[in-house]
Amino acid sequence: MSWNLENAKPPVVVDTTLRDGSHAHRHQYTREEVRAIAQALDEGGVYALEVSHGDGLGGSSIQYGFSWVSEMELIAEARAAVKRAKVAALLLPGIGTRKELKEAVEAGIQMVRIATQCTEADISEQHFGMAKEMGLEAVGFLMMSHMRPPGFLAEQARLMESYGADVVYIVDSAGAMLPEDAYRRVRALKEALSRARVGFHAHNNLGLAIGNTLAALAAGADWVDGTLRGYGAGAGNAATEVLAAVLDRLGLAGELAVFRLLETAENVLRPIQHFQPFPDRDAIAIGYAGVYSTFLLHAKRIGVELGVDPLEILLELGRRQAVAGQEDWILRVALELKEKQAVALE
Amino acid sequence: MEKVKVAILGSGNIGTDLMYKLLKAPGLMELVALVGIDPGSEGLARARALGLEASAEGIDYILARPEIRLVFDATSAKAHVRHAKLLKEAGKIAIDLTPAARGPYVVPPVNLGAHLDAFNVNLITCGGQATIPLVYAVHRVVPVRYAEMVSTVASRSAGPGTRQNIDEFTFTTARGLEAIGGARLGKAIIILNPADPPILMTNTVRAIPSEEEFDREAVVASVRRMEAEVQAYVPGYRLKADPVFERLPTPWGERTVVSMLLEVEGAGDYLPRYAGNLDIMTASARRVGELFAQKLLGVAA
Repeated sequence: MSWNLENAKPPVVVDTTLRDGSHAHRHQYTREEVRAIAQALDEGGVYALEVSHGDGLGGSSIQYGFSWVSEMELIAEARAAVKRAKVAALLLPGIGTRKELKEAVEAGIQMVRIATQCTEADISEQHFGMAKEMGLEAVGFLMMSHMRPPGFLAEQARLMESYGADVVYIVDSAGAMLPEDAYRRVRALKEALSRARVGFHAHNNLGLAIGNTLAALAAGADWVDGTLRGYGAGAGNAATEVLAAVLDRLGLAGELAVFRLLETAENVLRPIQHFQPFPDRDAIAIGYAGVYSTFLLHAKRIGVELGVDPLEILLELGRRQAVAGQEDWILRVALELKEKQAVALE
Repeated sequence: MEKVKVAILGSGNIGTDLMYKLLKAPGLMELVALVGIDPGSEGLARARALGLEASAEGIDYILARPEIRLVFDATSAKAHVRHAKLLKEAGKIAIDLTPAARGPYVVPPVNLGAHLDAFNVNLITCGGQATIPLVYAVHRVVPVRYAEMVSTVASRSAGPGTRQNIDEFTFTTARGLEAIGGARLGKAIIILNPADPPILMTNTVRAIPSEEEFDREAVVASVRRMEAEVQAYVPGYRLKADPVFERLPTPWGERTVVSMLLEVEGAGDYLPRYAGNLDIMTASARRVGELFAQKLLGVAA
């Protein structure tokens, strides 16, 4: 692996505080919060900002948590607040459908990020087709990319490219990758794709979000993601303002207004945060076991309710190879562990 | 004894599994043909080896045979739209295993006998067949304001039809939760899990009752009774535990949510046991076919 960033170009930076951060915010964003954050990010020079339920369009549910305000209203609010940044939404086929995608376009999105488990890219063809028909910038997300080797991911990325993806991301949903894992996966996509660019989305469960993002850049990543103060699922993401400062030191900040982003993180986001995501015991377990980052808060809640250690629940979910979106398995596993405890006590 | 001659249209996984079920337990039906469009398909080869008529002529083969009175369509939603019209014109009853939804929805333990006058009935989706009975089981005790199902199936059990039409799965299942399950609002989520070895089909069904005061014991009893009713035709259908009652924030304020954890193990007739999602579809189809056969023969149930 080469850490040589001398030939790197300033990456396209997408902020997803208003989407990945929706997990940390328990999907309770208000219109006022969205307006303030979107406006500040726009001034901070990010290329795009993502707004939707944490699990993407249509994610408001018992399974993932209900949205306080409809995501369509929040998208419209963000769109009205920005002057130059694009507004994007996330869509997970199987959860959201083309119906919600169409509504989101009417509400103002200019980009959609279509996410599948990294083995299931072929369920996204309809959605890429519609996105391109509607003139959207279309981005593919290969979630839980740590679960498959680089060559396999390259095949899946090629499928997304063939459906019309303009960019395909390696998504470290579990925050389980080490820098070399990120480097090799991004590299494989760079070599495999003919037209589409390559992105990287990090989680900080093992404390490596910024480091992995740098490894991805060294491998040629064109797009990278961040959230203000790392406000996202699990231990959060690469913090947008930290990324901006680091990129500036590398001479790669491009359009980013570093100090404006520092102020935004400190004065706009910090006062409204429910908590500061951090690699605590359970979040580290998520990265270590390779489990979907959004399981964190659900496992903590169910663990308390049933008197089962969240750490045990998360490790068991890792053993069962649970994938993105399987929050309902948390209750399943917790009930089984509780039964085992009861048997052990008898 | 006189039997109703039936044919299966579609020689893929579902059609082939249904073939084995109809041969194993024919009841009042006599399976005469498996019909596909790919002469090289494995299903057709198996049918031939079993002594059945196997044709790659598609719908035309069936239309040319007036003795076939009932047709199971296991092709695709798009193909069924065309087949539905042709079969109706030919006076044949269609049991539709695709999400095309041309005819009324049928879920055996809920409304098995309700549409015996129809020429076309639809089996919604595999997830619908698995989860709608449980929503209905709650609804018959206390009205359901909102029902949500999450179906997780092994990647290997999701064929190209499901993959290319995943939105149709969620639309149709959600409508089924409302129309047949009784929920005022339904939502469906499907997840494909690539774990190796493949996982059994698991479904999580959650229902929010319209009323805050209701008899929890009656709900548990109704749900357990429904489990037994489905087990009568899908032996691998089982709840992991009694329904769980949780207080959760919802758009209607903090409410009691009834959560039901279900898994469906297939009978392994043709498809592997983990593919409970496909098994419940073919088992339901056989059950519905049997009832139509009774009616056509004028036999009491």
